[in-house]
Formats: sequence, C-alpha cells, structure tokens
Amino acid sequence: MKIHEYQGKAVLAKYGVPVPRGRVAYTVDEAGEAAKGLGFPVVVKAQIHAGGRGKGGGVKLAKGLDECEAIAKGMLGMTLRTHQTGPEGRVVRRLLIEQGMDLAGAKEMYLAILVDRGSGKPVFMASARGGMDIEEVAAKDPQSILKEPVDPVVGFRPYQARKLAFGLGLAPEVVKKAEPLMLALHRAFEGSDASLVEINPFLVTKAGDVLALDAKVNFDDNALFRHPDLVELRDFDEEEPLEVEASKYSLNYIKLEGGTVGCMVNGAGLAMATMDIIKLAGGAPANFLDVGGGASADQIKNAFRILLADADVRAVLINIFGGILRCDVLAEGVIAAVRDLSVKVPVVVRMKGNNEERGRKMLRDSGLNFETADTMTEAADAVVRAAGGAR
Amino acid sequence: MSVLVDRKTRLLVQGMGKHGTFHAMGCRDYGTQVVGGVTPGKGGTTVEGFPLFDTVEGAVRETGANASVVFVPPAGAADAILEAADAGIAVVVAITEGIPTLDMVRVRARLEDGRTRLIGPNCPGIISPGEKCKIGIMPGHIHMGGPVGVVSRSGTLTYEAVAQLTALGIGQSTCIGIGGDPIIGTSHTDALRLFDQDPATEAIVMIGEIGGSAEEEAAAFVKQQVKKPVVGFIAGQTAPPGRRMGHAGAIIAGGKGTAAEKMKALEGAGIRVVKSPADIGTAVKDALGK
Repeated sequence: MKIHEYQGKAVLAKYGVPVPRGRVAYTVDEAGEAAKGLGFPVVVKAQIHAGGRGKGGGVKLAKGLDECEAIAKGMLGMTLRTHQTGPEGRVVRRLLIEQGMDLAGAKEMYLAILVDRGSGKPVFMASARGGMDIEEVAAKDPQSILKEPVDPVVGFRPYQARKLAFGLGLAPEVVKKAEPLMLALHRAFEGSDASLVEINPFLVTKAGDVLALDAKVNFDDNALFRHPDLVELRDFDEEEPLEVEASKYSLNYIKLEGGTVGCMVNGAGLAMATMDIIKLAGGAPANFLDVGGGASADQIKNAFRILLADADVRAVLINIFGGILRCDVLAEGVIAAVRDLSVKVPVVVRMKGNNEERGRKMLRDSGLNFETADTMTEAADAVVRAAGGAR
Repeated sequence: MSVLVDRKTRLLVQGMGKHGTFHAMGCRDYGTQVVGGVTPGKGGTTVEGFPLFDTVEGAVRETGANASVVFVPPAGAADAILEAADAGIAVVVAITEGIPTLDMVRVRARLEDGRTRLIGPNCPGIISPGEKCKIGIMPGHIHMGGPVGVVSRSGTLTYEAVAQLTALGIGQSTCIGIGGDPIIGTSHTDALRLFDQDPATEAIVMIGEIGGSAEEEAAAFVKQQVKKPVVGFIAGQTAPPGRRMGHAGAIIAGGKGTAAEKMKALEGAGIRVVKSPADIGTAVKDALGK
C-alpha cells in the first residue's frame, strides 16, 4: 500500500526520524492557516502517490501568505503529470505545507531500506548522490550506492549505521546525528511492516543537522492486518476506481490501456500467460483479472460487471483451469451472469476440469453468444477474431 | 523416481480447518501417506480418520512424520513453519497465501542451517506422480509419472503445462510449485539442482514470471551445470511496469524483472524458451526427441 509524503513523514517522525515541520491542507484557507502557523518561507508540496513532483510543478516555495494561497489555489485540483503518473496524470487534492529549509550549502543524499529478494534480507542503502532519480544513479554510478544487509536476528546495528554514514563522507559530528536517524528509519521499516522506506533527499544542512526532506513509505499489503492504524491512511482517490471495486470481491483486476479483449482467469500466473497469448494472437488484452481459485457463480458475475465497465472491451475470454472444479457448475455461473447482466459482447470460454464436455454443451445450447475452445491457442485466436481481428 | 517426496513420505497437515481437512483427504485419496494433523487444542481427537495432535513435536513422536503441509492462516503461518522446522521435519510445504514478508525474512534466516527444506509459501505444493505422493492443492488426475521435472512460480499455469505434457503422453518425475511471493524457501535454482541430480529426470520445465531476478540466476546455473534439456516460459510479457500482477512477487520495479530480460537470459543459457504458454508441451516433446 502506498501513502502520501505527509503521512510517511508522520510515520517516520513517530519512530524518531527528524522531519521538517509541516501540515496537510485540503483547501486554500487551510494552506494559509498552516503557513501562518509555520512562519515563512514555506514550501507547498502537491500530495499524489507518484514521484517527480518537483519537475511537474508540484513543489513551490512561498515567501508570504498571498503567494502561498495563490500557489495553493493553482495546485489544488490541477492534474499533475510526472514521469511516474503516465500521460493521464493525477488530480491534486491535498497539499503539504512545510517549513522552508535553508538549502544553501546543504547536501542532498539518499537513504532507503527494502527487502532484497535474492538474499531474503532487508538491505539498507545509502548514497551521497541524493536529490535525483536513484535508478539513474544505480545505472550510471552503481558504486556510489552503499549497501548494508540487515540480519533479521540481530537487527540493524549502530556500527552499520556508522559504516554507511562515514561511507557517505559525513564529518564525525554529523555521523553522530545520522546514526540515530538511520536506526530510527530501520525501526520505522520493521515496526510498520514496510516494503520500502526511502528518504530522497536525506538533507545534511550547512550547520550539520540531518533530516528527511522527502519520504516515500510503502507498506506490505500482507501485513496490514496487524496495523489497523496504517490501513486508515489508504487514499482511494489515488487508485483506479474499478480496481478498488474489484478488490471488494477479492478479485484482482488491473486495467491495461488500449486493450479490447477482456480476460477472466483463475490464478495470477495463468492470467498473465493468457494476456501474453492474446497479444501473440494479434490482439490486445484490456486487463489482468484473477478470479481466484474457486471461480464461484458470484465471482464470475462480479468479474463480468468489472470487466464490462471498461467501454473498450469488445470481446471476453474466460480461461479457467479448474482441476477439481466442475465445468458444468462453472458453465451455469457463466450463463447466469451473461443473462442477468445482458452481456452483449461475444464471450469465448475455455475451461478445464471435471465434466468439461457437459459444460461446453450447456454453453452452446444456451442460445447466448458463446464460443468454446479446447486449447489456449484456439481460445486466443477465437477471442481476437471476435474482438474485431488482429491489429 | 522423484525429488524430495516419494512413497516413503509421511505427511502431517498443519491447520486442519475446513480447507486443510479437504486437501488432506485429497492427498490421501491420491495415495500419499497422510499420518495426521496438527490443530492446537484438538489433540487426541480425529477428523475424517486423521489423528490430531496439539503440537508438531508430539505428532512427529507419535507418527514418524517427515513432511508437513501448512494451511494455517497468514497471521500464524510463519509460526507453523518454524514449529515444523523445530520438530525436525525435513520438507515443509506452505500453501498459505498472504504471509507478511518480514515474517518470511525471519523464517528464511532460521532455515539457513539447511535441515529443513521449505517449499512456498503461496504455492500449490509438490507432487511426484509415479510415487503416488501429492502434497498440496493441485488436481492429481492431470499428472502422470514420467521423466519431466516441472518447477514453477504459479499454480494454475503449472496445471496448464502439466496437462499439456500428460496429453502428449509425457509424464512427470516431480512438479514443484515454488510460490509467487518475494521471499520463498526453494528457488528455481534449488529445484533445477535437484532435478539435475535426479537420475529419473530427463528434461526440465521451468515456468517463471516477471519480477525479481530468480530466473536470471537459474539461467546462470543452467549454463554452468545442467546438461539436461530445459524448456522455459516467462509469464507477463504484456504486464505494465510498476503494477503487482496478483502475486506479491510479480512486479516490474525500476525497469528490472521484465519478461524480455528474463527470456533473453534463459535463451543465453541454452534454454528452449517458448513465447506461447500453449507450446510448453510440444517443446518438451521435441527436447526429449520423441
């Protein structure tokens, strides 16, 4: 789960990571009030779940109240486009009003913790080259990124923090401040079951103070059950409405831009493979949709509703590898859903499991617009044809 | 012949709820020796003919179990795996989906001594058809005994591949579903090593998906070591970056872990990579020269 910068900073601050003073604002008035409380200058930062906001015009300095309100007025409701939002951009609904920091003579560095899949351990990363896209740094100058693996038994140790801090070239008196900040960052990572905490830039001021000037915090969805307070931070405005709707029915749906073939599949791997074979057949998949293992009649119906809410869908492919699932029961669910929802687009069904033949016959005899297929290749060819042919 | 599990495997089911009991029966029906279940508080009772125990340790003492399958819900699943390891179980298969990543980090650190092999979590399990041993939730009837080892991150896509093989009359030595999570007990490389050493395995199917770099590491291992023919497929050729495709581990992050990259790595290692998931069976047939 992703959260906003201001929320991430609040989480980090709770664990003792120093952050600038700031407040969230939903309106121009709130922005003005927040700025007055902080004192000028302030920084007005658009809050969306994407990086690269500065370049897109989502981060601005205000020296006085009028300027702050004018910036807030311009930002609230604007569609912010960054390299992470895609061309459609994101509408700004919240602002972070933050004390302006004196950046003269300050250094912008980088800190992050994430789980390294290869070693199966969290890794603490630091780089003196902060303030820019870390992927670019990793590509151009990988040696400038320092890494310390975190042993899950003993945790992240103070000596490791010092190793990183000295490695960044910090002066001894600054290392004394960076060490507790890094330890606090690790406590935040572990304590909130984060999948990523990233501070970019990690600011070292001219006076030698350290703080998190930005914060990106993502949580492990699987661990949210033990963090009800963090679940509250979810912002549905930042998510695709259809995906949110799908998740209510335990359906895993992801819309793909420009596709015309809706797919309904059981299992994530098979769902991806089905998208792939549609592409190979010359079509374009409109979505990823995993209905889960069981594929009950209710699930099928909900899945159809979600799929068909996408106006681009010209045909639907249902690919269910049931195994122990009964295909006649599945066919019954599919027929009921198509009838109840008055589905107009052609539907190609490919199913494997018990009573396959009977299931297929039920579909053919239903008088509805079904086509059945035996193999994945046949199914993909049929659905691409039904959607208007290869492109 | 097979790897990891066979006729002699004595299976314990951890988490004998509705789901666990249903699949315990499925495993027994297939031919697996299911020697009991563990549900704390239910020790001394039976369900569907399976004796229940309060602890894994007690169950091992009474039944001589050497493998376990975990159906315990996410909040307690890591604990269940640790309990099995502590009781000396050699092979633990974790079916549970949704275990917190940091729980698995701790589990993996605990299993580093190598005494217990974990398969999964978030996987369909492992099956050795010729040995009549099925540990997991896969449909047994689509499998048949034979010379092909199958390793895969996903469930139903594995069934698809297995069904293609069986339809062509090509049986399997062992099929291992290693799971779709970022932190798993057995990697593609681990499975390839086992198949490479198994005299009964003549060819290997490796099904990967986007995210991480496990397939690239496996490719390096194949290039270095494996002489048996390997057929590969990578799911997610059309997946957009930055989106988690169902599995917690299936995500292209920072431009890394794309299907194109993985397919290139596999091809570079001499693996026969198929673009279409429908071609897995025929590619194996060709590889076996049948």
